[in-house]
Amino acid sequence: MSFLEVNNVSKSFGGIHALDTCSISVQRGTVTGLIGPNGSGKTTLFNVITGYDQAEKGEIFFDGKALINSKPDHVFRLGLGRTFQLTRIFPRLTVLENMHVAAQRVGTRALLSRWSSSHEQRRALELLDFVGLTPLKDLPAANLSYGQKKLLEFAYILIADPSMILLDEPAGGVNPTMINQLAERIRTLNRQGVTFLVVEHNMEFVMSLCNPIMVMHHGARIAEGTPQEIRKNPTVLEAYLGE
Amino acid sequence: MKLIVEAIITGILTGGIYALMASGLTLIFGVMDIINVGQGALVILGAYLSYALQVNFHIDLFWGLLITMPAMFLLGLLLEWAFIRPLKRDRPTLSILVTFAIAMIIEGILGIVFTNNIVQLHSWYVDASFQIGDYYLAYIYVLSFILSIVLLGGLYLLLYRTKFGYSLLASMQNRTAAQLIGIDVEKVSAITFGIGVSLAAAGGMAYGATFAFNPGSLYDLISRLLVIIILGGMGSLRGALIASVGMLVIEDATAVVLSPVWATTVFFLLLIIIMVFRPQGLFGQLEGRKQ
Amino acid sequence: MVKKIGLVVLLIAFIAFPQVFSNPAVTTIAIFTLMYATATTAWNIFSGYTGYIALGHAAFFGIGSYAIALMCLNWHIPGGYIPFLLVPVAGLIAAAFAVPVGWISLRTRKHTFVVITIAIFFIMQPMAFNLRSITNGSTGLSLPIPTGWGGTYFNFPFYYVALAMLVFALGVSWWIRNSKYGLGLLAIRDDEDRALGLGVKTGSSKLIAFVISAFFVGMVGALHAYFQESIYPAFAFDPLFDIAIALMGFLGGMGTLSGPILGAIILEPTQRYFTMQFSANGYYLIIYGALFLAIILLLPEGVVPTANKYWLKWKAFRERTKNVSNESDDGKGKVRP
Repeated sequence: MSFLEVNNVSKSFGGIHALDTCSISVQRGTVTGLIGPNGSGKTTLFNVITGYDQAEKGEIFFDGKALINSKPDHVFRLGLGRTFQLTRIFPRLTVLENMHVAAQRVGTRALLSRWSSSHEQRRALELLDFVGLTPLKDLPAANLSYGQKKLLEFAYILIADPSMILLDEPAGGVNPTMINQLAERIRTLNRQGVTFLVVEHNMEFVMSLCNPIMVMHHGARIAEGTPQEIRKNPTVLEAYLGE
Repeated sequence: MKLIVEAIITGILTGGIYALMASGLTLIFGVMDIINVGQGALVILGAYLSYALQVNFHIDLFWGLLITMPAMFLLGLLLEWAFIRPLKRDRPTLSILVTFAIAMIIEGILGIVFTNNIVQLHSWYVDASFQIGDYYLAYIYVLSFILSIVLLGGLYLLLYRTKFGYSLLASMQNRTAAQLIGIDVEKVSAITFGIGVSLAAAGGMAYGATFAFNPGSLYDLISRLLVIIILGGMGSLRGALIASVGMLVIEDATAVVLSPVWATTVFFLLLIIIMVFRPQGLFGQLEGRKQ
Repeated sequence: MVKKIGLVVLLIAFIAFPQVFSNPAVTTIAIFTLMYATATTAWNIFSGYTGYIALGHAAFFGIGSYAIALMCLNWHIPGGYIPFLLVPVAGLIAAAFAVPVGWISLRTRKHTFVVITIAIFFIMQPMAFNLRSITNGSTGLSLPIPTGWGGTYFNFPFYYVALAMLVFALGVSWWIRNSKYGLGLLAIRDDEDRALGLGVKTGSSKLIAFVISAFFVGMVGALHAYFQESIYPAFAFDPLFDIAIALMGFLGGMGTLSGPILGAIILEPTQRYFTMQFSANGYYLIIYGALFLAIILLLPEGVVPTANKYWLKWKAFRERTKNVSNESDDGKGKVRP
């Protein structure tokens, strides 16, 4: 069975079918791309998978476990992390503190323990180093630039050692140098065993990074294949150029 | 049985008065995302203004509205400009405290000018009633209710038939998007606040003629108004109207059926119950990830 | 290191205070200040850390007051030191009430939450009036009066118990602030949904903070009741209590440790002063309200965080000027402009 399996999921908002019997599957160990014109339902799909929204019909399985109608914290604890289109970090906490929020401990141990054990501290600093934010670690996160916040969001998910990450437009609004750095880091993590599902509009980024790529339109998957196949697929071109 | 029917009728009529006061509150919340905790104080201020006009200048209560409503509209603009607009960070939270401070100042001023004695607005229609079948209704109830209908109707027309109204509705739906299509959200906010306060003036007159009051009445009043708009759904005018009438009817009926002592408690208990099952109120939206 | 010595000195000063200034008028104000400092610290544990403004804690104050009064009455407790032992019990009773109250209130998000807390208060207050068989209605209840504590001595035990409560509350607040749990609360304050998505148990975290704050506020209510020797509904359930602690919390700085205490130290004696000077209620309200507005508009973050910011700026400025004066000596003994 695939790592992440979405079967015939539907969700509407009022009269609009955001997701229409949408089925996608992501294999373990891949960097899978998800593209589609605006309004095709990509972010809704992410919201439904991660529990921020509820699907009306269909099933979702992650690593064999059913995810339908789960709460976001439950999904995260199963090892599935996600980033947001408009970066969400904790502005009043320092960069380092941001890192530690995701490293949660359960129950009374949370109350009794200080907010970072030496192991977690090491890991947090390691990850900050990985994304190049170490010199900024004691600044309030609000002081970071947009690109830096994106990197921070990327880093703090990693501290929980997720096995899969959903990236919602990671390259959006980021300058070209940083985009390359981002792609490099994704590749490194992928080699270490993390699976990725990436939603992006930046075609260059997706084509060079992801394989396979899936295409959504009007709330359903219309195509799937390697970057070359997708580039040549007439259904895809039609979806983008409009009917 | 007769008592219950009377209670229901009174409840509907006084519900109209509360709807007038609550609509300003819910409107301000819908557009500006702030809770004007001072609305109760502003209503009482309106009541005292009507009182002053009547006692000192012998101006009829309803005609006096032509003075008090515009005056309080301007006051609303001033308050918004001076105390709400400067709040840059954390506006929703701080505005609660700011508006409460304004309420305290109003209460203090009223206490000094008018003393804490309990008063009521008087006029021929306050003290006299007319008869319908077996029931006696004070004229003031009906007249106030009509006033509410007229003003709320006017508000409806303003919102749905004028360009300004559309700007207001757009700002309520999505402030950022409204800005993007060229709506001066700051101006809309200021005017909305002004409208909310002038509705308080009208509500104050009606309230003051129906119930005895003094400066301290604002506490009870604002807690009821807050309950009403939450029950109806914050930002929903329809909700404010239905919740006002509903709550007043239930309260008055409880006073008759059980005892007046429990009537107020029922008011708040109802809120708790609804909150357990439907946290967003009757017509509100589930608060979520608003931008 | 300096900080720790400073704290010890401060503690000694607090302990010595009533011995030095033993005038009952002064120690009474001190007792009230300590009680408000405790209540504000407790309120801060919930509202300061999570960002959910609760304006109904006066309900827990009242529950604590009535709890201790009823215990003393029904168990025939004499005046003296024993009632002090009941103060924590009253706190626990208030905390028990806070569990269902918190659970219901926290189902809503921030705006609605404030109103629900206000509504809860307005249910409790009339209940105190109406449940005559338990609470003796508007006549109220009286508490045992300690005999043999004459004149100046009377305030001392109350002072030290209040101080102990403050230290206790402060300790808990400090502990939470530095724990993983506290980090979760602060994350909730900044972005609750995101925190939830990162595995923070937002529901139970908020509820626990709420109950803890109710515990301390309940204790303050109990101590206050015993100090005043009698309670009645309007007195025990007083909406101005909520406003007072909210103002103290904001003035001092929400989410900080010293903020609530600073707020209480500044405002409580001021409040007492005003009530004595301007007995005409009106003036008192106007000045208080104006003060409120000034604080919120001019110092929106509170004294402690603002002071902290200026301190950091000054430190950075000093660092820079130090470096400049080092640099401007270019080794040849000449000072570059």
